[in-house]
Amino acid sequence: MSTVEEVKILSKTFKGGIHPDYNKERTFARAIERLPASDKVIIPLRQHIGAACEPLVRKGDYVKLGQPIGESDASISCPVHASISGTVKAVEPRWNQNGTRELSVVIENDFEDRRFEECFPREKDMKRLSPEDIVDGARRYGIVGMGGAGFPLHAKLRAAIDSKVDTLIINGAECEPYVTCDHRAMIEYPRYIVGGILLIMRCLGLDGAILAIEKNKPDAINSMKITSEDTGITVAELETKYPQGGEKQLVYALTGREIPPGKLPTDIGCAVFNVDTCASLFRGFDTGLPLYQRVVTVSGDAVKKPKNLLTRIGTPYETLFEYCGGFEKEPYKIICGGPMMGLAQHSLEIPVVKNTSALLAFAEGNETIEENPICIRCGKCSRVCPMRLMPNYIFLYGSRGDLRECEKLNATDCIECGCCSYICPGKMHLVQAIRMVKGKLNRR
Amino acid sequence: MTEKFLVNSSPHYRSDESIRSVMGDVLIALLPALAVGVVFFGFRVLSLTAVTVAACIAFESLFNFIRKKKNTAGDLSCVVTGTLLSMCLPVTTPYWMAVVGAFFAIVVVKMLFGGIGKNFFNPALAARAFLFSWPVVMTSFIAPFRGADLPILGEISSEVIDSVSTATPLTYLKAGTMPDVSLYDMFFGNIGGCIGEVSSAALILGGIYLLCRKVITWHTPVFYIGTVAVITYIFPATGGFFNIDFMLAEILSGGLLLGAIFMATDYSTTPTTGKGRAIFGIGCGLLTVFLRYFGGYPEGVSYAILIMNIFAFSLDKITRPKRYGAGGEI
Repeated sequence: MSTVEEVKILSKTFKGGIHPDYNKERTFARAIERLPASDKVIIPLRQHIGAACEPLVRKGDYVKLGQPIGESDASISCPVHASISGTVKAVEPRWNQNGTRELSVVIENDFEDRRFEECFPREKDMKRLSPEDIVDGARRYGIVGMGGAGFPLHAKLRAAIDSKVDTLIINGAECEPYVTCDHRAMIEYPRYIVGGILLIMRCLGLDGAILAIEKNKPDAINSMKITSEDTGITVAELETKYPQGGEKQLVYALTGREIPPGKLPTDIGCAVFNVDTCASLFRGFDTGLPLYQRVVTVSGDAVKKPKNLLTRIGTPYETLFEYCGGFEKEPYKIICGGPMMGLAQHSLEIPVVKNTSALLAFAEGNETIEENPICIRCGKCSRVCPMRLMPNYIFLYGSRGDLRECEKLNATDCIECGCCSYICPGKMHLVQAIRMVKGKLNRR
Repeated sequence: MTEKFLVNSSPHYRSDESIRSVMGDVLIALLPALAVGVVFFGFRVLSLTAVTVAACIAFESLFNFIRKKKNTAGDLSCVVTGTLLSMCLPVTTPYWMAVVGAFFAIVVVKMLFGGIGKNFFNPALAARAFLFSWPVVMTSFIAPFRGADLPILGEISSEVIDSVSTATPLTYLKAGTMPDVSLYDMFFGNIGGCIGEVSSAALILGGIYLLCRKVITWHTPVFYIGTVAVITYIFPATGGFFNIDFMLAEILSGGLLLGAIFMATDYSTTPTTGKGRAIFGIGCGLLTVFLRYFGGYPEGVSYAILIMNIFAFSLDKITRPKRYGAGGEI
């Protein structure tokens, strides 16, 4: 690494951003609890970016834990697996977290947890795995990016190999308020994370990686530093600021490089993976079992006992909230993910999927929606925008239908982090408006 | 499904900051200057401010009532306008003029253009400019500690005004001479002038508060005052070059600090970008010195800011921030 880059690493943050109340103290000290499997799971056949899987099972079939139930030939896709053993009750469209109906496999639990025969560790000595083996494993174990949009890991690894990345970044920033699943993972199973990072290093032919953690998690930093000693992994402490864990912001904070518009981190020699994704990859090779469970933070002021729960994929939200003692107050809003970028949910029957990091339930009164939002031209939205856009002007031109000017203002660069809407004293719906502008620009 | 949840687009989280809280911060920042005004010019400062504030609230409420709109007076923006208006008036201003000024500020300059965020002239300064239709009233300044001689109610006769009035430091500077008061007096406000402009110390205190609360950014005040400082230092009106005392007197006298900290940082009427604000500040500085040196009145701050207000939108346009990734390696 050159001296210039070393100097830049010292800053370890990006321009803009906000400091919201993180509210992580509700759950960050709570050890991960294993949520007992529910009597049925609903497993969507698309839990990732890319093509949906074709179902491999039919109603009435008996499936075992870890058995593939959906597969696709598309290069950007990822198989899905049964997270329990039992009988397939239905293969039909069901509501999922994105607010759409997605073809899903509904399995009734027989509570036997019979393991699928092919789920056994293939190679005990991971040092003998070739890059190709690791890419294949990432696909076989159904691993997708667990921190964000759920991009299939094998496709990302392939792209990283092809573009010969020189910097491997592991994202443990976890900058969304309330969410603590990665924080707990770094404390409770750092060895899995390090194991996964080493696999990815091997896969990309690198002998180092940067593991980035926000400073508000000193115990996680400590745990990862101890575990990653003499592995080539450097733990970098980042300023606590939202959206520090955003891919573009993280790459800039650590390398001083900016990803050009419309490009990927691999285009500038970087590859970014979430900590829990790494742990799942390692667990796959270690146990032979695919990604069939994940840690979900259940929090929010309506939840009686906030917890971090190790949850089977496909578990309906209802089961998680019940395990957390139900609702203390009448829930008014249910959010899948963090409060800044998470998606509001309309039902408690929607299942947890591979990239569900948190479930938040809020009572009424947390959010006042201003009936008459006003832009007072304070310029705070531009100052907090990590992409250096002018949200107030995109709003202005967007509301007049002037898409040309919105394009000149680079509206499509928006990463929808929500900083502008958060900071706006006039309570304007800025990112919401930019989303609509982006939609119109993309349709053109 | 029996439950009903609110489903809307993220973020589901908002800061506590509101227009009201921002305007509240501005009012807090104005308090020291107002307090100094009371100390030097007496309790008429408070009654005059009460009149302008009450008139501003009343006009904004009335306007909204007539237009059948939700009353926006609660956002405190009109209270800030009222306070600022009183602060840039001489304490001897008759109450009826204060009400006329409030009408001009709120109804003509602000509400007719669509209210907060849409007006493009600073309401308080535009009202002050309008009130200069009565130039004698607007340029009669009483000496410090003579405010007790002023009646709180009723007319102030011109004899009373004459008996307590004084020349401001700006009058001396305009004539190319140094004021008859010390820089120390000018810093703390022991000079003649408008209610809120005399005490540089109090205004700077308010400015620091606004900076700490992130209500304003440093760009406009620093570039505005800096520009004035550089020019008046190099080309003092006293003749010759490089006169640091003259420079300090120019900065500490008149409405420069009030303007640079509270008026040129008004959101609606100034640029939103840092660079835009810097250019705005430089422009204000150049115009202020130009008007002070060559204009008909000793003061030039209010007109300088009003002129620069016109460019707020275009400055935003030419100082758009460089998008993330534009200078990337590919």
